[in-house]
Amino acid sequence: MTNMTGFNTLLYKEVLRFWKVATQTITAPIMTALLYLLIFGHVLEDHVQVYPGVRYTAFLVPGLVMMSVLQNAFANSSSSLIQSKITGNLVFVLLPPLSHWEIFGAYVLAAILRGLAVGSGVFIVTVWFANLSFVSPLWIILFALLGAAMLGTMGLIAGVWAEKFDQLAAFQNFLIMPATFLSGVFYSIHSLPPFWLTLSRFNPFFYMIDGFRFGFFGKSDVDPLHSLIIVTVFFILLATIALQMLKRGYKLRH
Amino acid sequence: MAAIQISNIQKRYQSLQALGGVSLSIEEGEFFGLLGPNGAGKTTLISILAGLNRADAGTITVQGHDVVTDYRNARSKLGVVPQELVFDPFFTVRETLRMQSGYFGIKNNDKWIDEIMENLDLTNKADANMRALSGGMKRRVLVAQALVHKPPVIVLDEPTAGVDVELRQTLWKFIARLNRDGHTIVLTTHYLEEAQALCNRIAMLKQGKVVALDSTAALIKRISGSQLRVTLASSGNVALPSSLRDKIITHETPSDPRQFILRVTDYGHVESMLCEFRLAGCVIEDLQLLQADLEDVFLQIMEG
Repeated sequence: MTNMTGFNTLLYKEVLRFWKVATQTITAPIMTALLYLLIFGHVLEDHVQVYPGVRYTAFLVPGLVMMSVLQNAFANSSSSLIQSKITGNLVFVLLPPLSHWEIFGAYVLAAILRGLAVGSGVFIVTVWFANLSFVSPLWIILFALLGAAMLGTMGLIAGVWAEKFDQLAAFQNFLIMPATFLSGVFYSIHSLPPFWLTLSRFNPFFYMIDGFRFGFFGKSDVDPLHSLIIVTVFFILLATIALQMLKRGYKLRH
Repeated sequence: MAAIQISNIQKRYQSLQALGGVSLSIEEGEFFGLLGPNGAGKTTLISILAGLNRADAGTITVQGHDVVTDYRNARSKLGVVPQELVFDPFFTVRETLRMQSGYFGIKNNDKWIDEIMENLDLTNKADANMRALSGGMKRRVLVAQALVHKPPVIVLDEPTAGVDVELRQTLWKFIARLNRDGHTIVLTTHYLEEAQALCNRIAMLKQGKVVALDSTAALIKRISGSQLRVTLASSGNVALPSSLRDKIITHETPSDPRQFILRVTDYGHVESMLCEFRLAGCVIEDLQLLQADLEDVFLQIMEG
């Protein structure tokens, strides 16, 4: 027995929640990404060439798009949950006959939608600055969806785990931000010293961005299939943890 | 089949035993009061019933559905008004009620939502954001949220705490109507006159255990009976006769040692009690026969 209406309603509520404050949740991150492009593109355009025949600004655009997708997917589920926990209105989601699958699905899908909305916005405003190609749109879509799902799930875990905004900020600033910035958004990991190159291979964010970028240029630091497997395994692992937390009512049902 | 069957519920928070084996049965159509001082375990018990907390041991069923193993059916039959004044600041009243309806699997519920809003005087606030509402209005929305799915069992956890007389009257009128229509109502409140006026049956909790469970009328009659308030004149002995010490309920005004409230289980005993005062050399200055109420019962049980 499933409660599809319940699932759809929770999804609708989560989407409406970020849509009602779109200036903060969509426009602002697009503006931030545009500034990154203008500044880094201007400074490094004539000095760095990562792939032969691909200008730095063109290299940067997919990275910024994916970074925005990931960060905003995380922000959506994590901020919604922590706000609901702290204000107490999470009780309205815990009282109805919603299963852990339905709660998980609604929060993660809403996070994916926000991530894709911001990512699309970043792409639309930055694409004019670069001459982009689209070698394999399927990889682009696949990595965008999987990346957003993975970060939406991470956001859900962080939102359930955190008991105050401070803890969530620590999760975001000491884990998510470094992992995204050190994932090859602004550079190819092959330009790194051996130690950092090895370390980057343990960063799942790197595979998401590298695979996403492959869809544009047909070039990547690692085989996109390899990246896809790693990202999928990480997503399944995180989804299992999140579902168990919801099922057991970890920090939700005392 | 009982509306709510609570069997040996136990819950411990570290060193605190919040519930120590609570068992209760609440029948269909009852207006049931769950009373007790702060920390007695009322909200913990309701939270376990609603699936917000997990019991360490014991089971609860709602209309035969276990709240843990068959939570979907149990929760769909339960409407809970939480004690805390919580709301989602992103939405209007109507959006809030539509969403709550949807969570319970009900689409296109506007007709019933409109009826609830009308009965709770919320109609003119339907499109107002939740943030813009007063505390009393937010409380009304909380009640409306608990009713959107027409639950056969409604639990109100201190719904009138800190709200004005108008809301209390509006709320009780509507809840009484729902009870007449067959809904089972469970109420926790610190306003004992409300519980006495509304509840058919009452359970009292103290330190996580049921210390009284009976119909409201029987509880008042059985435990407290009537009371005799006696004020002794200074001109005579002002000490309570030793033969009446087992009947004392309280000094009504601790600052006045001449005033006593005594339990009267039978009006025929009043004359013999007055005789005891006379024999002890007491002169009665003032005498009143009082009808005991739920508050007296409550105090007697909690102090006992």
